[in-house]
Amino acid sequence: MNDLRHHFRTPLMRSPFHPRVEAANVLNAWAPWAGVTTALNFGDVAMEHSSIRNSASLYDISPMIKYAIEGPGAAAYLDRLTLRRASALPVGAVQYTSWCNDAGHVLDDGTLFRLGEDRFRLCCQERHLPWLQDSAIGFDVSIRDETEAIAGLSLQGPTSFSVLSAAGGADLASLKPFRLAEMHLGPAGPVMVSRTGFTGDLGYEIWTTPDRALDLWDHLMAAGTPHRLRPVGTEALNIARIEAGFIIANMDFICAEQVLRPDRARQPDEIGLGWMVDLDKGAFNGRNAIRAAREGGMLHWALVGLDIEGNVPAEGAELYLDGKKAVGQVTAAVWSPTTKRNLALAQIRRPWHRDAGDRLRAEIYALRELQYHKLMLRARIARRPFFNPPRRRATPPGMF
Amino acid sequence: MKDTAAPSTPRSSNCIWDAVIVGAGHNGLVTANYLARSGLDVLVVEKNDWIGGAAVSRELYPGFTYSNCSYVCSLFRPEIMRDLDLPAHGLQVLPYEGGAVFQRDGGYLATYRDHEANRREIARHSPRDAENYDRYARDLMRHCRFIRPLLMRTPPDPASFKPRDLSEMAYLARQFLALGADEAADMVRFWTMSISDYLDEYFENDTLKAYMTVAAITGTALGPMSPGTAYVLLHHYMGDVDGNIGAWGYARGGMGAVSQALAASFRGAGGTLRENAPVARILVRSGRAEGVVLEDGEEILARRVISNMDVKRTFLNCMDPTDLPEAFLGRVRSFKSRGSSGKLNIALDGAPEFPALPDGSPCLRGDLHFTDSVERAERAYDDWKAGRWSADPFQDTMIPSMIDPTMAPPGKHFMSCFVQYCPPKLRNGADGERDWTDNDRDAFGKAVIDQIEDYAPGFKQRILHVEVRTPRELEAEVGLTDGNIFQGELTFDQLLFNRPVPGYAQYRGPVPDLWMCGSSTHPGGGVMGAPGRNAAAEILRSMRGGVGNRAEMRDAYPVL
Repeated sequence: MNDLRHHFRTPLMRSPFHPRVEAANVLNAWAPWAGVTTALNFGDVAMEHSSIRNSASLYDISPMIKYAIEGPGAAAYLDRLTLRRASALPVGAVQYTSWCNDAGHVLDDGTLFRLGEDRFRLCCQERHLPWLQDSAIGFDVSIRDETEAIAGLSLQGPTSFSVLSAAGGADLASLKPFRLAEMHLGPAGPVMVSRTGFTGDLGYEIWTTPDRALDLWDHLMAAGTPHRLRPVGTEALNIARIEAGFIIANMDFICAEQVLRPDRARQPDEIGLGWMVDLDKGAFNGRNAIRAAREGGMLHWALVGLDIEGNVPAEGAELYLDGKKAVGQVTAAVWSPTTKRNLALAQIRRPWHRDAGDRLRAEIYALRELQYHKLMLRARIARRPFFNPPRRRATPPGMF
Repeated sequence: MKDTAAPSTPRSSNCIWDAVIVGAGHNGLVTANYLARSGLDVLVVEKNDWIGGAAVSRELYPGFTYSNCSYVCSLFRPEIMRDLDLPAHGLQVLPYEGGAVFQRDGGYLATYRDHEANRREIARHSPRDAENYDRYARDLMRHCRFIRPLLMRTPPDPASFKPRDLSEMAYLARQFLALGADEAADMVRFWTMSISDYLDEYFENDTLKAYMTVAAITGTALGPMSPGTAYVLLHHYMGDVDGNIGAWGYARGGMGAVSQALAASFRGAGGTLRENAPVARILVRSGRAEGVVLEDGEEILARRVISNMDVKRTFLNCMDPTDLPEAFLGRVRSFKSRGSSGKLNIALDGAPEFPALPDGSPCLRGDLHFTDSVERAERAYDDWKAGRWSADPFQDTMIPSMIDPTMAPPGKHFMSCFVQYCPPKLRNGADGERDWTDNDRDAFGKAVIDQIEDYAPGFKQRILHVEVRTPRELEAEVGLTDGNIFQGELTFDQLLFNRPVPGYAQYRGPVPDLWMCGSSTHPGGGVMGAPGRNAAAEILRSMRGGVGNRAEMRDAYPVL
């Protein structure tokens, strides 16, 4: 494995948690994520999703792309790079952010961790090293990929605070959402814990080094068993993230650098990220284009949540106005066990994101025993997040 | 339709409500919600200081939440949860995992949620049955597909020539004729035969058949060899958890979470709920229902009275017989609502250990049973016929706290044991019937605990507290006549347009402005909500132009 010429033998890397994930992956349900082999499920998607909303879940987030952004100019650089004011982020805090090219088209979204005055970490779905380095010209900052140097587990669900407390997490009760802390978790050693996640629920992300990854997994599973902790795969997480109304790059929008058909690129306002845009902070990539599009009425799309009639998920459905005019496309859809609603995220042409009333229909082809049932189901635009429990923000968190 | 004052204003007892609902069971609360959301001024009166009827969670031992009566959730219609926004009011349904029946020889037969694991488990006992199981499941699914659309439709009156009744009869006929001759024959056989005969057509292994029998006799004063029990199986199989038909789950926080969510939604819609308000009788004046009289003499007037109580309690206990047609009363008296079950709710200091199960078995997170042959279940029923509780009882036992972290402290557990058979009255040979005593109740509880101890040595040492409920407690506390959990048995003679009484299946009582919304009405018992929803639909329809903004009420999701 040390011979780097042999990648053709193992196109997919293994996560530092792979030995544990493999043992629990009873159906051999694997899928690649960012070049790493990851579990789609651990045998029962419904039970796994239920654990995210009822008890606690463990999900391997090691494959997430991570960049270290360090140097005296790091904050100024990030102010210039991203839509939000990174320099306003306190040390020990986390920011959900996004960044654009000069045309104001979104390159990706991600979470930005401020680890020190001059030390940041950017976590995202896609790879951006050239863009990040080229944007650094003129700033006293270094950018390096640290994806494989950091292992991460996402611990999410109503008993996640109980689990992490049982694992030895100190001062956890006062840790607020989007804040991070260093902790020592017994045999798992020192870790960084952030109160972040992709489920819209109470939860934490726990970061360590690959050499201590298995100790962390074992320690959390042992501490979590009385609190009904179970590992979950990407399928269960995907249900939870739709319930939370979260978007994923290249699933709900196409990253501008990968867009082949130019009309597929989207500005932040067109994928529901307009709230991030801080026009008052000074120059940043895409600022002029975003402002021009806003002022010139040049925004064509919007990303909305949908509450669709019936119980057949609307994956891939086209949206019609009055049953005739195609006005959009569902990008993610699921029957939501938590809200008992048929939910979807969709890109929709303006102004129908606001003015469609009861006129939208989702065209669903449900394949049943080799025949399609074509359904035209009423779709109502619904506020995201679809599910937003108070425990998500409660500080100190409850035990369940 | 608003009367004198806004809902928030305290009322004197002489104002008139649009509707008063007697009993805050889940169906009463469903009806109340739809009416309140349609702008009616609705009052629900409940005799207990807690709400929910048989869908209730109570803390009888510190730190432990019990699902005191009903204990699992599957039948509750998702359309109703959505109409009434129950998840936003705290309702969360948790799927649970498989289960096991323990055998007397130390073995067990498990069920698993994974199809292949399940097939291989059955094959351990019978390779033939393992492969037949898929055909059995397919056939049951066909019956489900037939009946599910009927749950949220008012049954037609076959003796009526009203256009709605005729078209609804035509709908039923079309559904039936669409089946084809073989399927129609299967359907009729299925609706009328015993579960034992039905299972014999598919399976050879007695333990497997005993397992499949569970849902066919639950809550029913019949044995597995009694005709009509196959339908009861269907009644328990036609629900779903998030589209997974036949699956069961727990309500997070116990079954009371269903009632609490309904109550919160109802209050949010401006409804009024009064606990500690037992109804002595339903007021009939000038030939119509005018309200209720509480036990303390308070009169509550309303434009309509809706009873969530079972039909026997409603018409035999809470009304003046001279207000009712004699033929109707006769039918009510002969309505079968024989109690058959008891319940143990147990707080445990630690998880029970069943040596038969391998380490790490998920079966403890599912339903557990100790009856490994159909004959044993039938013999348990023999005891009921003789007026005794079953010496070798039949259990549907679970440990909800294995999944739900809110039910018990970490490491400790709440165990729910549903037990058959348990007669409403006891009989000692020729001595005639007698009521249950506390000693009888405790002896019944001991029989159940002893049975568990046989399969889980050391179980008794972990018991912190036990609540034992026989039909006596069910009737006294919840108000279910004879402790019948379905407000009337679910046999074919008491279903559809014959439920509860022929000619009165459309939620209307025999007196104008008197309505029924409990499980005594179509489509029957289980925490389903459909009777309450259908009753609300009929009440709102009867008001014609009288309702301003009618509450959203979805039809059943289509069966594709």
